[in-house]
Amino acid sequence: MSAIEFRHVSKSFPRLTGQQLLRTHILRWFGSGVRHGEFFALKDVSFRMQQGESVAIVGSNGAGKSTLLGLAAGLATPTSGQVIRNGRLNALLELGAGFHPDLTGAENLILNAALLGLSRRKTMERVEQIVDYSGLGEFINEPLRTYSSGMVVRLGFSVAIQADPDILLIDEILAVGDAAFQEKCRRTLDGLIHAGKSLLFVSHSAYAVREMCKRAIWLDHGAVMMDGDVSDVLDAYEGRALAPKEISASNSGREA
Amino acid sequence: MWAGEYSFVLRNLVEKDFKVRYRNMSLGIFWSLLNPLIMMAVLTFVFTQIFSNSSGADYPISVLCALVPLSFFQIAWVSGTSSLQENAALIKKVPVPRQVFPIASVLSNCLHLVIQIGLLLGAVLVFGRGVNRYWLWLPVIWGLEILFVLGLTLVFSALNVYVRDTRYVVESANTVLFWLVPVFYSFSLIPLRYHEIYQLNPVAAVVLMVRTVLLDGKPPLVHTLGLLSMVSFGMLAAGLLVFSRLTKGFYEHL
Repeated sequence: MSAIEFRHVSKSFPRLTGQQLLRTHILRWFGSGVRHGEFFALKDVSFRMQQGESVAIVGSNGAGKSTLLGLAAGLATPTSGQVIRNGRLNALLELGAGFHPDLTGAENLILNAALLGLSRRKTMERVEQIVDYSGLGEFINEPLRTYSSGMVVRLGFSVAIQADPDILLIDEILAVGDAAFQEKCRRTLDGLIHAGKSLLFVSHSAYAVREMCKRAIWLDHGAVMMDGDVSDVLDAYEGRALAPKEISASNSGREA
Repeated sequence: MWAGEYSFVLRNLVEKDFKVRYRNMSLGIFWSLLNPLIMMAVLTFVFTQIFSNSSGADYPISVLCALVPLSFFQIAWVSGTSSLQENAALIKKVPVPRQVFPIASVLSNCLHLVIQIGLLLGAVLVFGRGVNRYWLWLPVIWGLEILFVLGLTLVFSALNVYVRDTRYVVESANTVLFWLVPVFYSFSLIPLRYHEIYQLNPVAAVVLMVRTVLLDGKPPLVHTLGLLSMVSFGMLAAGLLVFSRLTKGFYEHL
C-alpha cells in the first residue's frame, strides 16, 4: 500500500499575497483591480511513495519542495489533483513551532507535544524520555530565552520525534545541534526507517540524502525533473547545479 | 490525520497565554481588577459630579455591572480576531485544527472575566445588596455571552486572514459599542421605541439582565433571555460554518 500518493497535483498561489487589504478586495469585486495572476509552485506532480520507503526531494531554492511537503502534510489544499495519505503522519517542517521565549523548556515541551497531536497521557509518560533525549538536563526548567539556538532545536527535535508517526515529513532539519546530536538524530531516523516507517525528506545536504534514502525526486520550478535511484538523481541534479552559467543562459533564452 | 486531543491543546494554549501575560508583571492578577475599578471611578465622577443628573448611591455598582461584560466582550473580540494572524507560523507548519487558536484566545479571556465577576460580586456585597437566589441565573447569562463571542471571533479571525483591515473595523465597532450599551445611563432612559432593538444587541441584553439580578434582585426577563439565547446560538452556528468555509485558504493567505 502506498503511504503517500500525489495524483497530478498542482498548487498555485495568488500573487496578491502580502497585501490583504480591503482596497484590493474591493477593487477586485468591482473588477477593476489589476489581476496579478497566479504563481504555480507545483505543476502536475505525480508520484507514489510505498510504505516503509524513504524518499528525498531535491531541488534548488523555490523549486516547490516546501510546498510539496505542505500539501503532503495536509496544511494546504491542492489547486487541482489529489493527495492521498495512509497512516498517521508527523510533519517536522519546523522544529519548535509555537515555542515561547518566556516559558520554560518543560512548559514549551508540553505545549509543543499537544500541538503536534500527542495525547495528554502519552505526553506525561514521555516527558522524562524527551528531556533525556534532548540532553538539556537542568536547563529544562529555565526560560527558553536563555537557550542557545542549538538548544532550542534540540528540544524541538526531541519532542517531534516522540509523536510516533507512520509517515515522517522532514524539511531540512537535520542540521540541528552539534555533531554529536546530529549523529543521534540520524541514528534515531535510521531506527524509524528500519522499523518500517516511511520518510519524505527535503535536504540540501547530498550526504544526508544518500545516507537516508534510496530514492530521490528532483523538483525544478514546480515540476518533477527526475524520479529514481538516489545516485542517478543526485548526479544529474548536481551536474546541473555545477554549471550555473549554462542554466542562466538557457533560462534567459527561454524568457526572451 | 491530526490525532491529538482538543481539550489538551486548548488547556495548554490558555495556560501559555496566562503564564506569559502574568510572569512579567509584578502586580500580576491585580491588573485585571484595577482596570474596571478605574473606569468605574472615572465614570462615577463624571456622571455624578459633572453631569449630575445621575445620582443614587448605587451608581458606581450599576456602572460596574456593565463594565465587566462589556470589557470582556471588547477584549475577547479584538484579541480573538488577530489570533490566526499571530499564529501564522504554526498554521503553516503544524496540522493542528485551526479553530483552536480563536477558541483558546476567547477562553483565556474568560479567565479574566471570572476574576472580574468575582470583583463585581464582591462590590455588590460591599454596597449592601445581599445574595439572592436569582444569582443562579448569572452563569447562564455569562455563558450565553461567551458563546456569542466565540461565534463572532470565529467569523472575524477567519476574515482577518483575508482582509487585514478587519482588526481595525473591530476596534472602531468597539468604540461605538461603549455608547450603545447602557453603561453610564440606565436602560429606563432609552426611549420606548428603541427598547426592542436595544435588546437585540447581546452585550446590552447581558448588561440589562446582570443589573436585574444583582441590583433589583429579580429574575431576568424571559423575553430578553430568549432573544439572547437565539442570537448567541445563531452566532455560534454561523461562526463554525464561516470558519470551516474559509479555513481552506489560510495557508495561501497567511
